[in-house]
Amino acid sequence: MRFLAHVDVRLRHGIADPEGATILRALPALGFTSVASVESGRSFRVELDAADLEAARSMAASLADRLLANPVIEESVIEVEPLG
Amino acid sequence: MSASIGVIVFPGTNCEHDAVGAVDALGGEGRLIFHTDTSLGQLDGLILPGGFAHGDYLRPGAIARFSPIMEAVRTFAEAGGPVVGICNGFQVLCEAHLLPGALQKNRGLTFLCQPSELEVVSTSSVLTSSATVGQRLSVPINHFSGSYTCDLDTLRQLESQDRIMLRYVDNPNGSIDSIAGISNEAGNVVGLMPHPERAVSSLLGSEDGAVLLRSFLGAAAAATVG
Repeated sequence: MRFLAHVDVRLRHGIADPEGATILRALPALGFTSVASVESGRSFRVELDAADLEAARSMAASLADRLLANPVIEESVIEVEPLG
Repeated sequence: MSASIGVIVFPGTNCEHDAVGAVDALGGEGRLIFHTDTSLGQLDGLILPGGFAHGDYLRPGAIARFSPIMEAVRTFAEAGGPVVGICNGFQVLCEAHLLPGALQKNRGLTFLCQPSELEVVSTSSVLTSSATVGQRLSVPINHFSGSYTCDLDTLRQLESQDRIMLRYVDNPNGSIDSIAGISNEAGNVVGLMPHPERAVSSLLGSEDGAVLLRSFLGAAAAATVG
């Protein structure tokens, strides 16, 4: 069965985020003066085949942990849905 | 006897000839090793040079870590063989967990290409054994993701085990504790962002990198691995 995994990789709490900080500093120049914070990250959409939803989740978590995120500084949030 | 040094070439590596040139100029014998190779042959030391291995896609070093040659690099490192990762090579060693921590984008998102002044913090590594603690060295940096980061426990461990080798005198990139180079626990694996291979002749603006590479060549000549 085919599934779509949304993998959202973000920096762990407390790790400096120079991209987020730079975007936050740029926003007032565009008139967005009430933005309180910006966090940067990456999102991946991964199509994969697995026996069931649980197996798909487990595979997505494993590939996120081994490649898509660097667990030293990043964490990933994963959502998996069946593809029709 | 001159030390035989392997310089690993990933797709996108671009400092391999500088590294071989510096090794040869200092009396060693450098030779290139391709990332698809699976054995190192007879070698006394290894350099992972700078560049953009696999285009730095995903994160610098994230893909290179899985190259076929990396198993042999790990085996060589774990057997005590001298290994130095320069710039992108440092990033690869961190991604491969041969060194702790990670290299993040520079503070201010600025690509930095300039001389940097370093202070030797510890001489207990293959790269700094011939230097003196407190010695100042001018060695160029050339990177976008050179801001060293790690959790506080790791930082305390690096400090207490004397594994911070080099610090920036004037922190250019936001590295935690101004760290420019660290080693593993045994001191045989070192990573640093500055490029000592680009500072081995006054023609290049500085000869200060030579003391680091001479330490490395000396350690390699004395090593019994490989």
